Amino acid sequence: MTTSHSLTAERLTLGYGDRVVVESLDLTVPPGRVTVIVGANACGKSTLLRSLSRLLAPREGRVVLDGRQVHRMPAKELARTLGLLPQSPVAPEGITVLDLVCRGRHPHQGLFSRWNGRDDAAVAAALEATQTTDLADRAVDELSGGQRQRVWIAMALAQETDLLLLDEPTTFLDASHQIEVLDLLTDLNRTRGTTIVMVLHDLNLAARYADHLIALADGRLHACGTPAEVLTEDNVRTVFGLDSRIIEDPVSGRPLMLPIGRHHVRPQ
Amino acid sequence: MSAPAAARPSAARVVARGRRRSATRRRVIIATLAVLVVAGFAVTLMFGQTFYPPDDVVRVILGEQVPGASFTVGRLRLPRAVLAVVAGFSFGMAGVTFQTMLRNPLASPDIIGISWGASAAAAIAIVSLSLDRTQVSALAIVSALAVALLIYVLAFRDGVVGTRLILIGIGISAILESVTSYVLSRAAEWDLQEATRWLTGSLNGVTWDQTLPALAALVVLTPVLLHQARDLSAMQLGDDTASALGVRVERTRVTVIVAAVGLIAFATAAAGPIAFVAFLSGPIAARLVGVGGSLLVPAGLVGALLVLVADFAGQFAFDTRYPVGVVTGVLGAPYLVYLIVRTHRAGGSP
Repeated sequence: MTTSHSLTAERLTLGYGDRVVVESLDLTVPPGRVTVIVGANACGKSTLLRSLSRLLAPREGRVVLDGRQVHRMPAKELARTLGLLPQSPVAPEGITVLDLVCRGRHPHQGLFSRWNGRDDAAVAAALEATQTTDLADRAVDELSGGQRQRVWIAMALAQETDLLLLDEPTTFLDASHQIEVLDLLTDLNRTRGTTIVMVLHDLNLAARYADHLIALADGRLHACGTPAEVLTEDNVRTVFGLDSRIIEDPVSGRPLMLPIGRHHVRPQ
Repeated sequence: MSAPAAARPSAARVVARGRRRSATRRRVIIATLAVLVVAGFAVTLMFGQTFYPPDDVVRVILGEQVPGASFTVGRLRLPRAVLAVVAGFSFGMAGVTFQTMLRNPLASPDIIGISWGASAAAAIAIVSLSLDRTQVSALAIVSALAVALLIYVLAFRDGVVGTRLILIGIGISAILESVTSYVLSRAAEWDLQEATRWLTGSLNGVTWDQTLPALAALVVLTPVLLHQARDLSAMQLGDDTASALGVRVERTRVTVIVAAVGLIAFATAAAGPIAFVAFLSGPIAARLVGVGGSLLVPAGLVGALLVLVADFAGQFAFDTRYPVGVVTGVLGAPYLVYLIVRTHRAGGSP
């Protein structure tokens, strides 16, 4: 599974109703890397992610995967290459972890192809990678937020896609679970070569875990590159309207953003 | 979970064991339900005012002339029992289709007015327009589809949200129910039996003319729904997740709505809106087989069993004969109250 796929957006314009959310955006997702999209609330991050994964048809422009337009590919074929974990997926009441993770095999099953050993193996690998094997018989609605998020990621892993898109996979999680999820995704990227694209709210976690950082402002691509190139005081000011200082993160060596508000700022 | 000394089972073993266990459970329960439906069907044919032994019943079904039994079993009991199974199966499958698609147990077609669409049309067609059976069925299906479309359009705002659709459906349901009552109240010469058919559902005096169209619809539409079963299950995870899993959400939704509404319309045109069968079958089936796989067939079997048992009980368990819909209504109403109370407590969708 080390084949690298190219995913690009060309002059992409997206919107709902009369509202244009993303305008004429060009974007290349580097294969085999972790890409993180950041931006202020309502800047079009989720909308962009939904369009990259065929959920939202573009007004103009196109999303291209390996030379083919995503919105014209057969749905199941695309779902075998590109997976998406939406922001708030819904678990049917009473469903067990195992049953939910098995749903990830949906695109690999046809009308006449029965569940087979490969499906079993994929589900087992997904449970193992997310350390949810022990939860297999539990009902999803009984789990804690962190466990539940790992189960959803397990479902996406069972799909065995080379590209995985995640919309804020760390929301509603406490600090240790956030790190756990991001470490898990990094493992996945390093061991399987899965290309990861995710939206994150926390700039410092984004800078720490991204190989490639994309900053959106008002539906336009404001900056992209390595975290060191993108996470600058100027960019934080333009994208978030926030004064800040950027220092080197003593733990990772990546940039660390310290916001400057109106209070609790030491006089210089 | 016990045996702490044993090594932790590998993920592969956990998956294999878990899948085997749920497959076995599913098979056992579906087989049991099927046996119960067949048994209920047989009992309905044998027992009544007069008892006919199994070999008489079998001979009648095979087309032989048996004095007494040919009329009682062949003309009276057989069409009634077949319609009980057909209508129950149709309501059960259609109900669970809507509940699965909209991810809400309240979203059953008898709660959101689709059954009432068929019912009101059938009542008007018979009482005011004096149409024949085929025309009644046709009008009922068109009307049920129109009501489904109306609810869908009214509920549509950047996609369909389950709760809004349910509330609009309940409103439309109330309007159509009063239309039905009004039409029936104007039909002075109409007897009570016929009136209850369109208000609560009844199998009294059923003939093959009513049973056969519903049977034909079931035979045609069941494969359509079963073909969508897996996509339908994926849609339980939300539209976005389902799309990400490769489901063409809009296409699946339209296909299953049309098929489920068709089932409801034909069954309702024959037996009336047998109260709460569509609503109850899915949740009962989910309790029995778990929510891992498709619930279409289990819910259909539960529906068939509910109607068979309720109709038999309505005829013979009490001093007065009650139509089947009254019996299922008594069973279903407390569950509806329970769901609404629970929805309120949770402050959201149940």
